[in-house]
Amino acid sequence: MPATTGAAPGSIVRFENASKVFPGRGRGAEVRAVDEVTLDIREGEIFGVIGQSGAGKSTLVRLINALERTTGGDVVVDGVALGSLSEARLRPVRAGIGMVFQQFNLLAARTVAGNVAYPLEVAGWPRARREERVAELLDFVGLSDKSGVHPSALSGGQKQRVGIARALATNPRILLADEATSALDPETTRDVLDLLQRVNRELGVTVVVITHEMDVVRSICHRVAVMERGRVVEVGEAYQVFSAPTHDTTRRFVATALRDRPSPEVLERLRARHTGHIVTVGVDEVAGSSAVLTRTLREHGVDGTVVFGGITEVAERPYGSLTVELVGDGSTVEAAVAALREVTWVDDHGRAEA
Amino acid sequence: MNWEFLTPLLWEAAGQTAYMVLITLAVGGFLGLALGLGLYLARPGNLLGNRFVFAVLNLAVNVVRPVPFIIFLVALGPLTRAVIGSTIGIEAFTFAMSFMATFVFARLVEQNLVSIDPGVVEAARAMGASPFRIVRTVLIPEALAPLILGYTFLFVGVLDMSAIGGYLGAGGLGDFAIVQGYRQYDWAVTAVVVVIIVVIVQAVQWLGNGLARRALRR
Repeated sequence: MPATTGAAPGSIVRFENASKVFPGRGRGAEVRAVDEVTLDIREGEIFGVIGQSGAGKSTLVRLINALERTTGGDVVVDGVALGSLSEARLRPVRAGIGMVFQQFNLLAARTVAGNVAYPLEVAGWPRARREERVAELLDFVGLSDKSGVHPSALSGGQKQRVGIARALATNPRILLADEATSALDPETTRDVLDLLQRVNRELGVTVVVITHEMDVVRSICHRVAVMERGRVVEVGEAYQVFSAPTHDTTRRFVATALRDRPSPEVLERLRARHTGHIVTVGVDEVAGSSAVLTRTLREHGVDGTVVFGGITEVAERPYGSLTVELVGDGSTVEAAVAALREVTWVDDHGRAEA
Repeated sequence: MNWEFLTPLLWEAAGQTAYMVLITLAVGGFLGLALGLGLYLARPGNLLGNRFVFAVLNLAVNVVRPVPFIIFLVALGPLTRAVIGSTIGIEAFTFAMSFMATFVFARLVEQNLVSIDPGVVEAARAMGASPFRIVRTVLIPEALAPLILGYTFLFVGVLDMSAIGGYLGAGGLGDFAIVQGYRQYDWAVTAVVVVIIVVIVQAVQWLGNGLARRALRR
C-alpha cells in the first residue's frame, strides 16, 4: 500500500518541501524549476498559481499528477505520497486527476466524441456507458452538436471546452488547468473561466489554475500562490494577497490587473491640470466602495474631484484606488487626509508648487 | 523481339519481383515500424528515454542505411547463410532486402513520429495511458498519413533494390531487362520493362496518396 501521511485537514494536495531539479547540460547547468515548495491545496477550492513564464509553475502543477517526478521532498495527493510510487502505480493516480492544457492537446485523428471518450477507454469503461458519459459531458460544456466533428474544425474556445470535457470524463476530484486560457481571446477566456467556475461549484471539483494573467486569478481563484524562480514567495487568500502584496512580484501582477495608480508622468500631467492637493486613496473591502471617501470629505468641508483611478473586484470583493484633487483651507485638507488614513491607505502627492 | 518466347519469361520475372517486393514490404514494414518506434521512444526525454538503447539503435540505422545495396548484399553474406542456408537464390536476396528495408523504414517512421506534438503524448500520459497504449492509440493514428506516404516511398525503394536480384540469381524484372534486353541488344525489351515499372510505381503512388488523404480527412 502507498504510504499515507498526516496531511492538514481538508488538504487534497500537499507539497512537502518538494523540489524538481533538471540536470541540464554540463556542470552547474542544472535548473531548479521547483525549489523546496511547501503548500497545501484544500479540497473544493479554486487555487491559483501565478508567476512569470519560467517561474516554475508548469513544473509545479506537473508534480501533482507526476508527469514530472520530484527530485526532493514529496507531493501527497489525496493521502497518497507520489514519490514512492512506480510509473505503473502512478497511472491510476493520473487517471483520477483531470488536466487541461494551453494548446488543448486534442487528438487530431479523433472526433470530439472520440477525444472525450479517450480517458474512458483508458479506464476500461464499456462502450455503452462511454457513449452515455460522452453525451452527458458534451452537454455540460455546451458542445452536443459538435460530437462528430474533428478538432481542426473548432475554434480555440470550443477546443478548450472539449479539453475540459475530456479532463472531467472520469469524474476526477482534481482538475489541473495549465495556462488554459492563455491561447484564447478575452471573450473566450471569460467563457472558459466561467466553465471552470461551474466545474468547481456544480461538481465540487478542486481546480488548480496555472496562469501568468492576473485577470484569471482575480476573477475565479479563492486562494493563490505567487511563484518566482521556483519558489512560492507569497500564498494566501487571493484578496489578502493582492490587496496587501508584500513581495515585488505580487505587486507587479497587481499593477497589471488594474492600472489605477498614476505613474510619475501621469502625476505630472495631473498637476498641470489640477492645482489643488492631490492624494491617492485606497478602495478596498474596509473602505467600502468610495462611500467612506465621500463622507469624510463632506464632514471636513473639503471638495474632492476624482482625477484618476479605478475600482475592480478581486475574489468578488472591491479593490482599487482613486486619485483625488482636494480643495479647501490648508488645515481642513490635512484633517481630511488624516481621517482617511484611519480607514485606508493614502498616498499624499502634495500640491503643485505655486 | 520474339514475344512468343519472351512473354512467359516476362510473367515469370514479374512473379519473382512480386514475391521479393511483397515479402520485403511485409517484413521490412513490420520490423521497420517496430525499430522506428523503438528509436522514437528511446530518444532521451521521450516516453521510454534511454540514452544507451537510443545510441545503439541510432548507430545501427546510420551504419546500415548508407551502404550501397549491392555491397550490403555481399557484406551480409555470412548472416544470410546462417539464416537462409545459402547466399544465393530468391530467398537469400529477399532476406537481404528485408534487412535493408527494415533500417530504411525505421528512419522514416522515426522522422514522422518526431513531428507529432509532444503535448498530445503528454495529455495521454496525464490520462493514465501506458506507453503501449500511447503507441497504439496516439502515435500511430496521429502520424498515419505520413506513415502511409513513407510506406509508399519504401515500396519504390524496395522495387528499386529488387532490380539487381539477378546478381544473386533471384530473377525478377530487373534481371529480365538485363538478360533479355541489354545483353541481346534488344532495346525494346528494356523499354517494355521500364514502362511496366513506371506504371506500377505510378499506381502505387496514386494509391498511397489517396489513402494518406483519407487519413488526413479530419
